[in-house]
Amino acid sequence: MKKDLKQRADQKEKKNTIPISEQTNSSFASFKNVFIEVAMVSLFAVRYFKEMFKPPFEFKEFLKQCYLTGYRSLALVGITGFIMGLVLTIQSTPTMAEFGAEAWIPGMVAVSIIREIGPVITALICAGKVGSGIGAELGSMKVTEQIDSMEVSGANPFKYLVVTRIMATTLMIPVLVIFSDVISLYGSYVGVNLTDKVSFTLFFSKVFESLDFIDLIPAFIKTFFFGFIIGLIGCFKGYNSNKGTEGVGQAANSAVVIASLMVFIIDMIAVQITTLFS
Amino acid sequence: MENREAENKEVNDNKIIVEMKNVKKSFNQNHVLKDVNFQLNRGENLVVLGKSGTGKSVLIKCIVKLIEIDSGSLMVFNKDTLTLKEKELNEIRAKIGFLFQSGALYDSMTVRENLEFPIRRRSKTVTQDELDSSVKEVLENVGLEDTIDKMPSELSGGMRKRISLARTLILKPELMLYDEPTTGLDPITSQEISELILEVQKKYKTTSIIITHDIKCAKITSNRIMVIDGGGFIAEGTYDELKASDNELVSSFFK
Repeated sequence: MKKDLKQRADQKEKKNTIPISEQTNSSFASFKNVFIEVAMVSLFAVRYFKEMFKPPFEFKEFLKQCYLTGYRSLALVGITGFIMGLVLTIQSTPTMAEFGAEAWIPGMVAVSIIREIGPVITALICAGKVGSGIGAELGSMKVTEQIDSMEVSGANPFKYLVVTRIMATTLMIPVLVIFSDVISLYGSYVGVNLTDKVSFTLFFSKVFESLDFIDLIPAFIKTFFFGFIIGLIGCFKGYNSNKGTEGVGQAANSAVVIASLMVFIIDMIAVQITTLFS
Repeated sequence: MENREAENKEVNDNKIIVEMKNVKKSFNQNHVLKDVNFQLNRGENLVVLGKSGTGKSVLIKCIVKLIEIDSGSLMVFNKDTLTLKEKELNEIRAKIGFLFQSGALYDSMTVRENLEFPIRRRSKTVTQDELDSSVKEVLENVGLEDTIDKMPSELSGGMRKRISLARTLILKPELMLYDEPTTGLDPITSQEISELILEVQKKYKTTSIIITHDIKCAKITSNRIMVIDGGGFIAEGTYDELKASDNELVSSFFK
C-alpha cells in the first residue's frame, strides 16, 4: 500500500516537473508571439497611414469620435487633474517649508505637472477609459458580425471604424492634457491657499516664470504619440479580437494594459530625446 | 457554328451565378470544406441544409470573399474570386445581399441610419429625398415603417432580422445570401421570415442561397435543397425528393 502511494507520488511529481527543454520551448514560443504581435501592430499602423489619406473621408464619424473621446472625457480628466494638483501641493508643502522654500511650490508643481505628471496621468486615464471602450466596441462589433456586414455592404470598415478613432484620439488627447494641466495648476493654487494666502496673479506669474519652451514643447509633442498609441492599440485589439464574449473582454483588457505600458515606454523615449537636445 | 456555340456559352454563363469547383477550406487542422462542387442558377432558391459546424456559413462567406478559399475555383457572376481586384470585388459585392445570422445591425445607429449606411457608401450623388424614398420602400416591404427612428436594441429578434433584410434589399441585390435566417426565432416569426424571403425573391427577382437547419424554412423557400456533411455535399434534390431519401442523415432532417 505504502509502495503504491509512493509510486503514485513519483508519477505525479514527474507530471508536474516540466523538462527544461520544454520550458525553453515555451518561453521561446511566448517570445515569438510577442514579436508576431509587434509585427502585426506595425502592419496595422502602416495600413492606418495608407488609408488615412485615401478618399472618401469619414468626416462625420471623425467628429463623432472626437466628441466621444474628447468632450466625454472632460469631467474625468478635469477631476483627476484638480486632485493631482491639489495633492501634489499639499504633500510637498511641509518638505518645502522645512527649507523655507514655499515660494518655489508653484514653479515646482508647474514643471512636474506640465513636463511629466499631467501628460502621463491623462494618457493613462484615457488608456483606461477610451482605449478599453474602443477595444470593447470594436470587439463586440466583430463578434456580432457588424464589421463583416460593413465590408459586404461596400463600406471600408477599417476606414470608418479604425482611421476615425485613431485620428480622434491622436488629436483629442493633447487637448485633454492641456485641459488637465490647467485644472491641475488651479488645484495647486487651491492647495497653496489652504495654508497660505497667495493671489491668483502671483501664483500664476510664479508658474510662468519657472516654465520654459523646453518644458512645454516636448511635453506637448509626446501627447500626440500617447493619443496615437492608445487609439492604435484599442483598435488593433478590438478589430482582431477572437470570436465570443470572452474575446471582447480580452480585447478591452489587453487594450488598456498594452496601451498603458506603451505610454510609459514612449514617455521614457521622449525624456531621453529631450535630454539629448537640451 | 462557332458564333452559335459562343452565344450558347454566354447564355449559360449568364444563367449560372455562382459556380464552385473542388473548393477546399481549412482552419489549421480543421478541414471544413473538403471538396465542394455546385452551381447556382439565376432565379433559383437554393437551400443548404446541414448540421452545425459543417461549414454552411463558411461556404457563403467564401462567395462574398469574407473568407478566402484555399484551393479550387469559385466563380461569382462569371468572375474568378481568387483573382479579383478591390474594385471588382466591390462591384460584385454590390450585387450581393448578405443577411447575417445575428442580423448584424449597427448598434450605434438608428434604423434609418442603418438603412442609409450602404447607399451613402455606394453612391456619392444620392440626395436626401432619394434616400428617404428608398428607406420608406424597403421598410414597407418588410412591414416595419414605424420603427424608422428606433435603435436596434429596442427591436425584437424578428424585427431585427426584418430590418437587416431591409438593409440588404435597399441596394437591390441580384443574389441574396441568408445565413440561418430563422435561428433563434419562435415558430410563428420563423414562418413569417420564410414567407418574406419568398416574397422578396418574387418582388426583387433575386437568386438566393439559404443556409439553414430549419426544415420548415427549407420547405417554404426552396426550389432545390443540397445537404452538406463531412466537408462536401452528400445529397441534392427537391424537398419531396430528399424527404423520400434512404440516407439516414438526410432523412433525419425531415423527422
